Amino acid sequence: MELKSDVIHHYLRPKKKFPHVWCSGCGLGVILGSMIRSIAALQIPKDDIVVCSGIGCSSRLPVYVDFNTLHTTHGRAIAFATGVKVANSRLKVIVVTGDGDCLAIGGNHFIHACRRNIDLTVILANNWIYGMTGGQFSPTTPTGSRGATAPYGNIEQNFDPAKLAIAAGAAYVARSTVYHVDQLDKMIKGALDKKGFSLVEVISNCHTYFGRLNKMSDPIDMLKWQKKHAMPIQAARKLPPEKMEGKFVTGLLHDEDKQEYCDRYQQLVDDLAARAEKR
Amino acid sequence: MQRQVRLLQGNEACVEGAILAGVRFFGGYPITPSTEVAEGMARRLPLVNGRFIQMEDEIGSIASCIGASCAGVKSMTATSGPGFSLMQENIGYAYITETPTVIVDVQRGGPSTGLPTKVSQADTMQAGYGTHGDYRAVVLAPSGVEEILFDTIRAVNLSEQYRTPVVVLLDEVIAHMREKVEVPHPDEIEVMDRRKPTVPPDWYKHFQITATGASAMAPFGDGYRFNVTGLTHDELGFPTANSSEISAMLEHLRDKIVKNAEIIGKLETTCMEDDPKVAIMSYGIVARAARQAVMMARDQRLKVGLIRPRTIWPMPLDTLRKQLKNVKQLIVAELNQGQLSSIVKRHVDKKNIEIIPLRRYDGELITPARILSKIKEVKHHGTEV
Repeated sequence: MELKSDVIHHYLRPKKKFPHVWCSGCGLGVILGSMIRSIAALQIPKDDIVVCSGIGCSSRLPVYVDFNTLHTTHGRAIAFATGVKVANSRLKVIVVTGDGDCLAIGGNHFIHACRRNIDLTVILANNWIYGMTGGQFSPTTPTGSRGATAPYGNIEQNFDPAKLAIAAGAAYVARSTVYHVDQLDKMIKGALDKKGFSLVEVISNCHTYFGRLNKMSDPIDMLKWQKKHAMPIQAARKLPPEKMEGKFVTGLLHDEDKQEYCDRYQQLVDDLAARAEKR
Repeated sequence: MQRQVRLLQGNEACVEGAILAGVRFFGGYPITPSTEVAEGMARRLPLVNGRFIQMEDEIGSIASCIGASCAGVKSMTATSGPGFSLMQENIGYAYITETPTVIVDVQRGGPSTGLPTKVSQADTMQAGYGTHGDYRAVVLAPSGVEEILFDTIRAVNLSEQYRTPVVVLLDEVIAHMREKVEVPHPDEIEVMDRRKPTVPPDWYKHFQITATGASAMAPFGDGYRFNVTGLTHDELGFPTANSSEISAMLEHLRDKIVKNAEIIGKLETTCMEDDPKVAIMSYGIVARAARQAVMMARDQRLKVGLIRPRTIWPMPLDTLRKQLKNVKQLIVAELNQGQLSSIVKRHVDKKNIEIIPLRRYDGELITPARILSKIKEVKHHGTEV
């Protein structure tokens, strides 16, 4: 989907000098575009949006967007965001994170935010690598793939972030890619619209490190890989398991209505006030 | 104004102080001997439309407190040594982003798991220098239950006024002992709030460098859409690698505390009016024993006084030097291997003042009798009798 200039001028910061820090061809630009298009479509006021991040390539995103932005420490974005949301639940709090930031150092905050079902939207740019530090393997690097610290191929099992979020109690879990941009817009819009913890896992490309180490150094090759291996959930449901070998499922994977943390706390405050009045 | 007279535990007094000072967010994680603070906040906060959250660890606790503060709500957490260690990286984030919050550290023995249920003052240095990088800490050190209440209020006020994290440094004994406290009426208390910007959003600088102290601070959601980052930043909050902007930022973090050291810093004294040549220095529970020892010594006509830092950082150096003017021997009594001594040594004229250590680090207290016998030892064998 095209990024119209009025969206660009409305949502990017005039005072922040471009170019951005990302490599040319990086998927993070697509994610940034999709995020602001989704916000524009939902017409959420800029003043009400807080974008929170940790450390890594993806975490440099907030500085470019004209919202309340909080660039925090490695792995802790969700914990900071929890404080923001609990202190002022009127705010729309979005966390932009990467696979290392969210699932390794920040894994504990991630699963507990899912468990609380606190109303945060987490956009997880999953490029299977630590990009900013130079291509070390991450919790989502597929077994066998190479990284700077896995020179003979990764011997570890990799996480499925979507499954992890569903098991931990998230209300809304979706997956898309930086190739499937229309679907990505739809998934992010859905996540922003959902009351409760929402995760959008975005399969992104780090051709600079993951690609170069794994015979896909051209970003186009990586996008082609995404196109070839993504399977929309509607189609995936009809396929036998052997046909799904090597593929990954995209679309809305989980959508559940349940009580949100801040609402539950407000209810407690109201109940206590009513009880005090009765006395 | 009606004051409530109550029998309170130190940790409970901390809760009362926090509520009176306007703390409306607490993010915490259970750890002995600080748990009563979290329990009290869990009970009290929903009654005043505040928010308590039990986080998954101490790293998350301090992170949530900083996040809440960015959203404009006064926040606090409480912990002990191991949790305090875990918090250090994000405490550094609060320093560099000039975000007010209060950390209560109820000290127990260390290192590591150490002595969870026993007393210690071995986090003294950590409270001032726990996180990496250059910054100046504000650390308050009450030595009784009523002081915990008032120092918690003061910690919240100072953090708001100077836009900095403030540590309230307690120990297991003052946190758990019970004393009579006259809880002040809310109208009696001076409550400070961070300055709000008076300029329109286009003119606002979240990190404006001012000559005297901290700049105004807008909360998230009020129309000022600024960036906050743990990277070195310019006045607008955008990351910078420009050397003059970096040094200006770091000098501002230092100067806003150092230049106000005599205002923020506080020393209390007992029997120092007649310029004794022998004095004791200690804080927290040890200062209680030291005061008793000074009284006992005075009964025996031994001329001795007590200097008690009520803030460990910043040390009000002018006041300290004035108090030490005639002191020849300074007994530094503390529950560790000499952390307070090392701070004092840096600030006194070593040619004229002999520092005499009195230390214990086995989880037990230093008694008044032990301090008195040290006073006598010094008086009889020292250069000045």
